[in-house]
Amino acid sequence: MSRTVRVGAGQGFWGDWLEAPRRQVEGGPIDYLMLDYLAEVTMSILQKQKERDPSMGYARDFVGAMESVFSAVADRGVRVIANAGGVNPPASAAAVHTAARKHGVADRIRIGVVTGDDVLPRIDDLLAKGQALANMDTREPLATIRDRVLSANAYIGAGPIVQALRQGANVVITGRSTDTALTMAPLLHEFDWKRDDWDRLAAGIVAGHIIECGAQCSGGNCLFDWRNIPDLADVGYPIVEAQADGTFYITKHPGTGGRISRHTVIEQLVYEMGNPHEYITPDVIADFTSIQVEDAGPDRVKVSGITGKPPTDKLKVSIAYRAGFKAVGTLVYVWPDAIEKARLADRVLRQRLDRLGLRFEEIHTEFLGATATHGALAGDGRDAPEIQLRVGVRSADRATVERFTREIAPLVLNGPPSVTGFAGGRPKTEEVVAYWPALVDKREITTRVEMYSP
Amino acid sequence: MKVRLVDIAHARSGDKGDTANVGVIAMRTAWYPILERELTTERVATHFRGMITGPVERYALPNLDALNFLLHGALGGGGTLSLKTDAQGKVFSTALLRMVLDVPDEEGRTLGLPRGGQ
Repeated sequence: MSRTVRVGAGQGFWGDWLEAPRRQVEGGPIDYLMLDYLAEVTMSILQKQKERDPSMGYARDFVGAMESVFSAVADRGVRVIANAGGVNPPASAAAVHTAARKHGVADRIRIGVVTGDDVLPRIDDLLAKGQALANMDTREPLATIRDRVLSANAYIGAGPIVQALRQGANVVITGRSTDTALTMAPLLHEFDWKRDDWDRLAAGIVAGHIIECGAQCSGGNCLFDWRNIPDLADVGYPIVEAQADGTFYITKHPGTGGRISRHTVIEQLVYEMGNPHEYITPDVIADFTSIQVEDAGPDRVKVSGITGKPPTDKLKVSIAYRAGFKAVGTLVYVWPDAIEKARLADRVLRQRLDRLGLRFEEIHTEFLGATATHGALAGDGRDAPEIQLRVGVRSADRATVERFTREIAPLVLNGPPSVTGFAGGRPKTEEVVAYWPALVDKREITTRVEMYSP
Repeated sequence: MKVRLVDIAHARSGDKGDTANVGVIAMRTAWYPILERELTTERVATHFRGMITGPVERYALPNLDALNFLLHGALGGGGTLSLKTDAQGKVFSTALLRMVLDVPDEEGRTLGLPRGGQ
């Protein structure tokens, strides 16, 4: 029987179930706890927090998560890998260290901190060196938004995490590591895979992709046979049980709810998929058309046959920039003729906005309960018992958006009838922080690993 | 016979910028060839006409009994720029499953396809 390494997922995004990390370390054996906190938008939110307070800029949920698993890490040898560092991994490490002292385990918590992904201070230097940082989707040059950039982080791979583990860290905190690297790195470390063993590296990436969204592969948000998925209230988060040859199983702790089957795993495999022949990461390009998935017992799925090839010489950079303001207002119109009343209210609102001379980059109307998410495919909404009118606007000018937020409430008394659902007050104006994907040469990015010491 | 896609396949969708992806998966391996034959790029583009502003791309994953569709220009700018309820394309999956397929009676019976649709 070959050796098995178990990596359990405890968070799939910042805002995920607070109970999950503790349940992963208490429900049965795992070797590594993987916590993924970062989405495209998260980095810019964290950057704003850091601007207000230089000791912030990381996912604060992580400190609570660590407190709930300290004993497993300190006494049972479970190691934690998390991209909770956001735009300030050292501050995150300091907060975890402070919490560890409070719990009397500081001497047994060795925190490895990965930095080097933050390229915000280097943007002009990179531009001067000929790195265009053009938008990957629209090809626009960075100059379009240069003066509005809030944060810029390169997606980094498994290398520095492995380095931290080799230096004896039992908690590894990174900034913008790829989600998949958090799972692949401990496998690379444990099995000592060669850095050009493309098939095994690709297997580690696919394992990471399957568990990076937490319960979304173990019965959560699963369409297939959703009525019969047992005990979602007690849903078990996924665990990768990997072997040295790159074969792995997806399972969950016994006695937990949810389900792991070929169907639940494949639903997650296709999530956010682009070209399946080339799933590009900093360490390897995985071929999703090579993945073999088979049921291997109750709540147990075998994944094998994965192939990979060498990565490109670029890293993706996630740049966040200020992109104006937006607000969304809603009202509920009720039978009879709910949809017609809602349509009339939308026309009245737009006429008033127009007469006020307000100009928006975009104004978008939806009729929830009729056509909001499925468009004309959903029919025309006639005879609906109630329809929510939802109007959103966006503009570079805050005052324009503010004025819009004053135009919703009056409709309750001076617009079409049978209207309700205005308990929440005026819509809030929020600043839009948009996302600009770009590429940078790998040789421009140098990561660093430090063992935290107060 | 008419077959509702929702009765023979499941799906999940997500976003990348202003592009939504829809992965559609046959409920049984034996039913996958129906998807591969019937869900052409053209038919899916027609299905989503008016809902997306860009082209449709299709990839086949016979190993997973799945097809992956990329719907470009689906999300009103995508991410935080979007004013849509479904800014991250989470329910384009079930929008695709609204399709009704025409399958020869003989084949439908042999494969045990559930009859449906009008």
